[in-house]
Amino acid sequence: MTTTEYLGKPTSRVDGPAKVTGEAKYAAEFNVPNLAYGYIVSSGVTRGTIKSINAAEVEKIPGVLKVLTHENAPKTASLDRSHRDQLASTHGSPFRPLYQAELQHSLQPVALVVAETFEAARYAASLVQVEYEIAPHETDLHGSRAKAHPPKDSRTGYVPPPKKPRGTPEEAFEKAPFKVEAEYYQPAEHHNPMENFASTCVYGEDGKLTIYQKTQGVQNCQEYICSVFGLSKDEVQVISPFMGGGFGAGLRPTHELYLSVLAATALKRSVRVSMTRQQMFSFSHRPETIQDFKLAATPDGLLDSVTHTAIQESSRYEEFLETVVNWSGLVYTCPNVRLDHQLVYLDLASPADMRAPGAVTGLYGFECAIDELAYQAKLDPLAFRLKNYSEKDQNLDKLYSSKELREAYRQASEKFGWDQRPLDPRSTRRGSDLIGWGMATGCWEAMQGKAAAKAVLTPDGKLVVSSATSDIGTGTYTVMTMIAAEFSGVPIENVSFELGDSSMVYSPVEGGSWTVSSVGSAVKTVCEELKARLFKLAGKMDGAPLGDAKVEDVTFDQGEMRVTKNPVRNVTYAEALQANGLDKLELDTTELPQLVKQMTHGVYSHSAVFVEVAVDEDLGTIHVTRVVSAIAGGRILNPKTARSQIMGAIVWGISMALEEESMLDHQFGRFMNHNYAEYHVPVNADIHDIEVIFVPEHDDVVNPLGAKGLGEIGIVGVAAAVTNAVWHATGKRVRSLPVTLDKLL
Amino acid sequence: MHPFTYTRATDTDTALKGLSGGPAAKLLGGGTNLIDLMKMGVETPSRLVDITRLDLAKVEELPDGKGVRIGALVRNSDLAEHPLIVERYPVLSQALLAGASPQLRNMATTGGNLLQRTRCYYFYDPAFTQCNKRVPGSGCGAVGGYNRIHAILGQSEACIATHPSDMCVAMAALDAVVRVQGPKGEREIPFAEFHRLPGEHPEHETNLQPDEIITAVDLPAAPWAKTSHYLKVRDRASYAFALVSVAAALEVVDGKIKTARVALGGVAHKPWRSKEAEETLVGEQPGEAIFKTAAGAALKHAKGYKYNEFKIELAKRSVVRALTNVTAA
Repeated sequence: MTTTEYLGKPTSRVDGPAKVTGEAKYAAEFNVPNLAYGYIVSSGVTRGTIKSINAAEVEKIPGVLKVLTHENAPKTASLDRSHRDQLASTHGSPFRPLYQAELQHSLQPVALVVAETFEAARYAASLVQVEYEIAPHETDLHGSRAKAHPPKDSRTGYVPPPKKPRGTPEEAFEKAPFKVEAEYYQPAEHHNPMENFASTCVYGEDGKLTIYQKTQGVQNCQEYICSVFGLSKDEVQVISPFMGGGFGAGLRPTHELYLSVLAATALKRSVRVSMTRQQMFSFSHRPETIQDFKLAATPDGLLDSVTHTAIQESSRYEEFLETVVNWSGLVYTCPNVRLDHQLVYLDLASPADMRAPGAVTGLYGFECAIDELAYQAKLDPLAFRLKNYSEKDQNLDKLYSSKELREAYRQASEKFGWDQRPLDPRSTRRGSDLIGWGMATGCWEAMQGKAAAKAVLTPDGKLVVSSATSDIGTGTYTVMTMIAAEFSGVPIENVSFELGDSSMVYSPVEGGSWTVSSVGSAVKTVCEELKARLFKLAGKMDGAPLGDAKVEDVTFDQGEMRVTKNPVRNVTYAEALQANGLDKLELDTTELPQLVKQMTHGVYSHSAVFVEVAVDEDLGTIHVTRVVSAIAGGRILNPKTARSQIMGAIVWGISMALEEESMLDHQFGRFMNHNYAEYHVPVNADIHDIEVIFVPEHDDVVNPLGAKGLGEIGIVGVAAAVTNAVWHATGKRVRSLPVTLDKLL
Repeated sequence: MHPFTYTRATDTDTALKGLSGGPAAKLLGGGTNLIDLMKMGVETPSRLVDITRLDLAKVEELPDGKGVRIGALVRNSDLAEHPLIVERYPVLSQALLAGASPQLRNMATTGGNLLQRTRCYYFYDPAFTQCNKRVPGSGCGAVGGYNRIHAILGQSEACIATHPSDMCVAMAALDAVVRVQGPKGEREIPFAEFHRLPGEHPEHETNLQPDEIITAVDLPAAPWAKTSHYLKVRDRASYAFALVSVAAALEVVDGKIKTARVALGGVAHKPWRSKEAEETLVGEQPGEAIFKTAAGAALKHAKGYKYNEFKIELAKRSVVRALTNVTAA
């Protein structure tokens, strides 16, 4: 039995001091001798063909080493298959930088200038002239929606909607007294992490590559580089100890990784390539989506019909797939449901997973439409949701592994004071502001993937646990250290956790809120195995310090084993190693998901979000004055970082609701606001009171830790709750994001 | 960035000498806009003349109660907090504090603020091939493009960009005078004549000559400016350019408006002083009805485009709100 309890206690980040002192190094900060610098030249044209590039001329500029283009770049693997990383769609043709004369989207790399200094590379890049033969492009989702079609491909993590409708949604809709028919729209959004993507590819004397890379998956990058460049795993090591925000942008290998390796192998020299802020808009974004809803309720306010169709952009060269509509079939009980997900191919870079991909989009529209239906039925929005509470996942016909959403509704609504809410809109004023209250439900799948962990205990009593995962700012270092301390019995100050190196034991990419679930479970198991091994070592010691005690009679605590009922019989871990002549105790384990349990259940985290807005009646300016969000996310391992995760996600939800939009100019097929001045995210003055509640939830299906993972769940539903609050304030249903003031005038 | 030479001027004369080589030279003040544009490849000066060491960073009272002189190198943050400004010209202090971020205000200079360039997306990104301001004669991408942030007053088909400054909107309302020095000596440019409307030549944004340097901005004595207000309406609570802004001042004597000032930002190629609104207000009793009439007068000739039509109504409501706030103060 373990008495030390770290889990559940608010714990500060173990990497905090390194971060605030600048000791933590990021991909573009690893300096090596004789480093060359690559600067990407981006296309100003969307479709067409490159006629010529004045590469030879630019190469004459002092300091320039090479200008790589599609004409002179070394060939990489020819098959699409070789370019597909772990998260690529199954049959797509992933984008290859500097591969062909034909253009696929605006801002795509068309040349890489490599020079002795960054400044020389940047200057020379400004002199690269590309002549294009321009071809027509399509970037307008609304204009091309007639071309929408069902997806043809598949992808890891994508769950297609049920093939057949449940019940008879059309009939039910026709006969129902309360109906909503509405279209909701969400623009493209970009991840915009603070740290720009960067790759420092160190070319070793033996030709081996050590790549310092901004990524959410070092092994995904390693596999990709090996496959694309025909290298073996022992020739490529990818390292990423810290990451200044990922949000999904770093799940798949990015342009600058390919280009740094291309340049380093061509020049046989170390090369760094980093992206500019503008180039951060050249890949991966949350896809623009149009959603059509037909919802109906019975005279008693029971949800009786749901039809949800999503029309989403994808690139032309590979299908991007995320699970958008399925949520509408499971969040509430409903006998008649039709769900449909369609794609429109556009001449844009492939979209990518971005915080709560699919759910944040689908539940934005659905939770707004549900709010409309509740008002039709003259029911309070929370009462309507409780009336239609779902006790099982009807899409899959499975019971939930755990679902404390009802308790989340209760705690959050009480804290918020929801029972004081007038049913009708435009009921409350404060000076020139109209006050509105809105709420929404959030849902996210709690997943577990295969992962491994390695533990090394040394005679000084120190334990190092490692796995090739990432800490993208979420607190992975900290929570893994806590888990290791909890289950090894080594005091936390003697435990460290290492990550972000492709040579470490297996970890999947860090995304989808599944790292605690997957890697954390492996850490738990390896630490438990460590204790078992230590117990055996103690048994081999002279004088049998633990006597004839069985393992279950022993407490593992403070780096020591002792017989629980007779504590004078004890031995430290260090003594056990020393006595057995070991300079270390090393073991690793691979943890597989609890598939059998999980396959028989619907496993989800939930949230209940309540929002107050103040809308200036004349000017349309909106302030989110109060948010209360209650999360049912299983066991909360570190309440401190968990709260930070959810707070950040709520801020992002406000951002999505009111500010974020990657504006496209369809004349040029190009994103326009590719900088922090014009791509709006909240500033401090936009954010007011935010309260986060964690509802206790026991779950032994999701994984051995009972933790569902946090991050994604915090943003889901927030945009809907804000939009619903704006309606309650003003009486105006704004059905497109972001809800900017012009839509309220 | 294109290569450029850098020299540091020690006084106004050496600065002028640095400029004399032609349009390839630019003066460097706070650099908050120029350096950005150089990185984007929009500005490509071959010579930078750093004027930050010039003795032009003072705010001083003019003799005989004639007003206040603001040196061209006074930083936005210093100006915003200066007691003479806070007390006598609150609209200017408020406008400055509504602009940019504290970090930017610490760098940005008064003279540089006058010469800020538009935030039009089509101007800022050279990949957009149409911009008459950046490449005269190339056309305007914004007229038929995504023009939500663009002009509704005084624009031309050649250019619908707006002037981004907050400070200048207040200065327009205050009848400021821009003092400049050139090879032929000093001259004064009334604020209304400093910035230009785009017409056929949006590349010419001001009436400052390429060989001239701004030395100061004079604010005439204006007792009515004590009751003034700056309202900025934007897409987020801070660090965003105005969709619409209003600088307003009212002097009410015996229940009647004696003096009125109304200037708008975010709506035109220059800070937009509305004499029509002011004339409507003078002599009237302050109140919502006359404020609405004045707002209507200010926007009478406004013209919107596909995505910025809303600005016309927003500007009217903002004028009413700003005037209401002045009377409430």
